[in-house]
Amino acid sequence: MRLALRTPVFIFFSLAMPLVFLFTFCGFFGRGKPYAIPYLLASVLALTVMGSFWGLSLQLVTYREMGILRRFHLAPVSAGALLASSILSNYLLTVPTVVVQFLLARWLFHMPSWGNLTGVVVMVTLGIVTFAALGLIVSSVTNTAQETQIINQALWLLFLLLSGATLPLPLFPGWLQRVAFYIPATYLVTGLQNVLVAGTSVMHLGADLLSLSVCALLAFIIAQQLFRWDPGEKAPRRARLWAASTIIPFLLLGAWETHRGSLRASAQSTFRSMERQAAPEELPH
Amino acid sequence: MSSPVIQVENLTKSYGSVEALRGVSFEVQEGEVFGLLGPNGAGKTTTVEILEGLRSADGGTARVCGLNPLEAGLRFKEEIGATLQSTALPEKIRVREALAMFSSFYGRRRNLQDLLRRFGLEEKRNAFYGQLSGGQKQRLALALAIVNEPRVLFLDEPTAGLDPQVRREIYDIIEELKQEKKTILLTTHYIEEAERLCDRVAVVDYGKVIALGTPRELKQRSAGTTRIEVRLARAPQDGALGKLEGVTDCKQFEDAWVLHSTRVPATIVALVKQLESDGNELASLEISSPTLEDVFLELTGRKLRD
Repeated sequence: MRLALRTPVFIFFSLAMPLVFLFTFCGFFGRGKPYAIPYLLASVLALTVMGSFWGLSLQLVTYREMGILRRFHLAPVSAGALLASSILSNYLLTVPTVVVQFLLARWLFHMPSWGNLTGVVVMVTLGIVTFAALGLIVSSVTNTAQETQIINQALWLLFLLLSGATLPLPLFPGWLQRVAFYIPATYLVTGLQNVLVAGTSVMHLGADLLSLSVCALLAFIIAQQLFRWDPGEKAPRRARLWAASTIIPFLLLGAWETHRGSLRASAQSTFRSMERQAAPEELPH
Repeated sequence: MSSPVIQVENLTKSYGSVEALRGVSFEVQEGEVFGLLGPNGAGKTTTVEILEGLRSADGGTARVCGLNPLEAGLRFKEEIGATLQSTALPEKIRVREALAMFSSFYGRRRNLQDLLRRFGLEEKRNAFYGQLSGGQKQRLALALAIVNEPRVLFLDEPTAGLDPQVRREIYDIIEELKQEKKTILLTTHYIEEAERLCDRVAVVDYGKVIALGTPRELKQRSAGTTRIEVRLARAPQDGALGKLEGVTDCKQFEDAWVLHSTRVPATIVALVKQLESDGNELASLEISSPTLEDVFLELTGRKLRD
C-alpha cells in the first residue's frame, strides 16, 4: 500500500528519458534480418534491463546530496522500504520499455517466434531487480553524483563489451570468454538469448537464475546495511569491501563455469543457431 | 505537571575537533513552545537533529515522548513532525503529490485538503516544488511536518532567509499551531521570533545553554535598567562612559557604546557634561527598554547577528 502510493511519484521523475533513449536504441539494433532478431533482441533487452542500475544509483545519490533523503528520514520510512520501493518503481518504469521493444521486434522486425515467454518475463524481472540492486550498491559507496557517474561508466563499459550484449561471446578469444564468466551481465545476456533464441524453459536456466538471484539478494542486503541518509555522512572504507563482496557469487560461478563450460556451450549454440540461417556478412558487427 | 515531552540532559557532540555541544540540558513540557535562541554555529541544529533521531550524540541523554530518538525507530517517527533548516524535495514533485506521499508514510493522517487550504497552498496544489517561492516552500515544509498530527513539532530556523512579510506569515501559522496546544521546539537566531512565539527560551552559545526562562524572565535579568546606545564623534577616554552616573554596564560594539543605566535622566545629563568637557560630540543616541538581544549581548558579549 505504502509502496504503491509512493512509487507513482518516483516514476514520475524519470519517465521521459529512458523511454526516448531506448526507442531509438531498439530501432537501431533491430534493423537486422528476421532470423537474427531474437538474438539481437536478447542484447537489446539485456541493455535495457542493465540500464536500470544506472538511473537508480544516480537518483539515489542525487537525492542524498540534495538532502532529500534526510527529509524522508524524518518520516517513518525504513531504508529497506525506500530501497525496495525504488527498485519496484524502477521495474515498473522499465517494463513498458521492454514490452514495447518486444512487440516492435515481433511486428515491425518480424521476429519469427515469441521465444519462451515465461522465460523472458522471469529473466527480465530478475535482471531488473539484480541490476537495480547493483545500482543501489554503487550509490552506497559513492558520495557524490560525479563519483557515481565515473563508477557507472566503468561498470557499464564492462557490462556492455564483455557480457556478449554487444559483441557475441563466441567471437571473443578464449581467455576473454573466461573473464566474461565473472561478470553478472553475462548471465543475463546468455539467459535472455536462451529463452529468446532457443526457447529454453525457465527450469533449464539454473545457473543464470541462481547467480542473478543471489547477487540481487546480496546487493540488496548490503545496500540496506550501508544506506546513508545524510549527505554529510561519508562512505566508510569498509563499505567498499562490503560492496565488493557482491561479486562473490560470480567469482564462484565463474570458476564453476570455467570448469564445466556449459555457459560457453550454450552461448555457442544460440549463436550458431542464428549463424546457420545467416550469411556471415549479415551478422551484427 | 505531567512528565516533560522533551528531556535533554548533558548532551555532548563533537565533529572532529570541533565541540558542537558541550553539555546541553533542558526540558520541554506538553503544549509548550520552546525556543533555542543563539547565533549560527551555536549548536541549535545539532541539538534538534539529535532529538529528531537524525544524528547520534556522543554523550548525555535525549528523550522525546519518553522514547530514545535513535533507538525507538519508526514508532518514534510517527510521533514527531519537523522542518529541517533546508527542506529539500525533488524539483519535479507537485505540491499535492508531496503531501500525499508523505502522509502515506504515516498511520495517523490529516485531511490533505484542509492542509492545502490552511497553508494557503490550494492554488499551488499542482505546481512543481521547484517553481515555488521561498515562502511557499516553507509553508509546504510546515504542512508536511504536520501531516501526521505529530505530538511534537521541531522547527529548525523556520523563517531563516525569508523576507519580513513572509516571515510574519509563518509566525501566524506557528501561532495557530500553538493554539492547537502542540509541543513545539523551534530554533532561531531572530530575537523577534523568540519573543513573539516562545513560551520559554534557552539561549545557546558555543554548545551550551547560557540562560533559560520565559522571554519576560530573561529580559528582567536586565531588571530596572534601560539601554542607551550612543555613537560619538570620537572615541571617549577608556572607561569614561562606564563611570557615568547610574551606569551599571558599558560595552562597545563596533562604533557604538551600549550603556545600561538605572537612572536614565541622570546618566544623560552626565554624559552630555562629560562630552562637553572633552570637546567630543554626540553623533546619535538611542534609548530603549531591554530586549532579548540585550540579554544575549550581556550574556555573551556578542551580537546575535554577527
